[in-house]
Amino acid sequence: MRPVPDAFAGTANTIAVLVLLTEFAMLRAALLRAQLRLYAAQSLLLSILAVVAAASRGIPDLYVLAGLSFALKVVIVPMVVTRLLRETSAEIAGSGALGVASEVLLAIVVAAFGLFATGRLGISSPVLPETALAVSVAVVLVAFVLIIARRDLVSQAVGFFSLENGVSLASLVVAAGLPLILEVAFLFDLLVAVVIFGVLARVTHGRSGSLMTTSLTSLRG
Amino acid sequence: MSAVLVGLLVVGFAAAALCLLLPPAGMRAATVAAGVVACGLSVWLVPTASGGDLTAGSYLRVDALSVVFLLATGLLYAMVAVYTVGYVEGQHGGTDMAVYQRRFYVGLNLFAGSLLAAPLVNGLALLWIAIEITTVVSALLVAIDVSDTATEAAWKYLLIASVGLGVALLATVFMYYAGTQVFGSSFDLAFTPLVSAGHRLAATPVRLAFVLAVLGFGTKVGLVPVHTWLPDAHAEAPTPVSALLSGALLATSFYAVLRYYQIAVAAVGPTFPRRVLLAFGVASLLLAALYLLDQRDIKRLLAYSSIEHMGILAIGVSFASPLAAFGVLLHVVVHAVAKGNAFMGAGVVVRRFGTKELAAVRGGITALPWSGPLLLASVLALSASPPFGVFRSEFAIVAGGLAAGRSAPAALLVALVTVAFVGLTWSTTRSLLEPADAPEPPGAWAGAAADGTSAAFRTTVARTATVTGGPGEPSAWMVAPVVAGLAVLVLLGVHVPGPLNDLLVRAAAQLGTGS
Repeated sequence: MRPVPDAFAGTANTIAVLVLLTEFAMLRAALLRAQLRLYAAQSLLLSILAVVAAASRGIPDLYVLAGLSFALKVVIVPMVVTRLLRETSAEIAGSGALGVASEVLLAIVVAAFGLFATGRLGISSPVLPETALAVSVAVVLVAFVLIIARRDLVSQAVGFFSLENGVSLASLVVAAGLPLILEVAFLFDLLVAVVIFGVLARVTHGRSGSLMTTSLTSLRG
Repeated sequence: MSAVLVGLLVVGFAAAALCLLLPPAGMRAATVAAGVVACGLSVWLVPTASGGDLTAGSYLRVDALSVVFLLATGLLYAMVAVYTVGYVEGQHGGTDMAVYQRRFYVGLNLFAGSLLAAPLVNGLALLWIAIEITTVVSALLVAIDVSDTATEAAWKYLLIASVGLGVALLATVFMYYAGTQVFGSSFDLAFTPLVSAGHRLAATPVRLAFVLAVLGFGTKVGLVPVHTWLPDAHAEAPTPVSALLSGALLATSFYAVLRYYQIAVAAVGPTFPRRVLLAFGVASLLLAALYLLDQRDIKRLLAYSSIEHMGILAIGVSFASPLAAFGVLLHVVVHAVAKGNAFMGAGVVVRRFGTKELAAVRGGITALPWSGPLLLASVLALSASPPFGVFRSEFAIVAGGLAAGRSAPAALLVALVTVAFVGLTWSTTRSLLEPADAPEPPGAWAGAAADGTSAAFRTTVARTATVTGGPGEPSAWMVAPVVAGLAVLVLLGVHVPGPLNDLLVRAAAQLGTGS
């Protein structure tokens, strides 16, 4: 008989599904600003999950992590990217290589693949919310679709940040006890990556007057 | 002892900090000094580490395996530091020269520092962090020339490598999960406990983590099919950066794959991890060998050669024999030196002829009395001709494969390496040895037209006329490191010194191939 999931597992599963839904919403968001807001919302969900994990598993370190991740991913990253958008007065609408409907269909297929493939692996333990783990793999795969289908630098960068959110989700679910110093280093790394993404986007904009990747096609072979 | 580890960790970052403050002469001195110190310290670690592991605090630890990679990076850092002095001097930066110079030296030292940090740290999570830092620093260095192509290459590199490292982070998470059943819910992913836990780790998560690690870190190693950033970044980066990317960054990422390999072999037995590495290795070697046959850009040519060599490393590990593992680890060191050499020589050619197009370079050996022959020797060394070290290492890999009864992959390896040899040497020897303004023998055009290259050949003849002046080298700084590198390659080809031999044997045993 399967035991009834405890409060943590229930919350983790719910939040995981919400994170996946925001990922889908990012896929269909036409405006870059809307996409950024969705990223902030997704990061907020993760911070909440960190607090829940801290309380229910008794790992006080996770409160610090939740605070830092809130400051960085909900406040600083969206702020930096918004400033970049304003400075480059770039196209406000991102553009997909596919229509929104086909993108979403494709994303549903890969998400289902991730969900069922992870389920089939039979990774299980008494303390592990398996659904949340499978959903986090689905989030990573949908983030791949987002990065591949979009043709502007900002969408690609935000797609990468949300991929990182998918990995954070997996790590909160299966590796909540990871020492704080490592978690903080991961976040610091993300911050550096954000800055570098910004620098390169700005340089590209300075060269080609646009943030579209369609101008980046000279290197082949 | 632990002071040496701390010294290696900080030397690159300290040089970068100094370069922020000092005038140009000071920047040059600091960079060269840092390179030489890093090289000296890593050589100094060789005899010590072949005796036993060293630790400093709970975060730094080296064993024989990590010292092999430190040695490769240290040697290359020293060579590149000297070369950079000549390179930056003759570079007309797009922006203000002083600013360009400072950025270059600071970035180069930061990059080398982060490359040295990766093999020093103890634990899979810290390793991931170090490798992520190498990505962000080197992406900026790729873009430093602020041209359209450099920016494009840097963006591709940053995005693809970051996504790859996202996958590698997922691998770290799954490995952590595999460990929680042995170590409890909080532990720090240090190597030794994970390897000694062996079969007690849950098998499925370890397998999953290994595949994700090969895919994720493999993105930075340049394994096919996740290699797509590599030729662009290597070709568009400034030459000293290309040399470090190719010789040290790829190897350092391969080090991460080897750490996962070690744990996977201990936990789920050797068969599964070897199959995974063999598949990626053969794909890389095959694709790179074919691309090498028809490559027009000298730096892209060398970049594809790097993919080829990473494929050789992956196949060599999959052979699972102590001799092949010895060959793989020696190959890491000699490939770093040989590829660094080849890039540095190619950089001189590019500087002298003002183009990366192989077809536009003719008579290199007369125009460059030193660098021409040196580049020729480096390319021969790189394509595993005796008496250079790469010959010895590839020979050991093939012999190990045959001895382990894996004759089919070993034969495939030899065949593909031969194809790569043809591709690599054919175009470079033509550029170097074919005279710039050869008197046309009658019927030469007809012969050229028969193999379909006449148009390219004609434009070549027209374009090579732009090189003016007699023979001469751009800078002695850009020759000296190549001479030193060739000396190292010949030394390692003729005789592997005793302490290094002990180190490689011990590191090969660590890869669990003795079983």
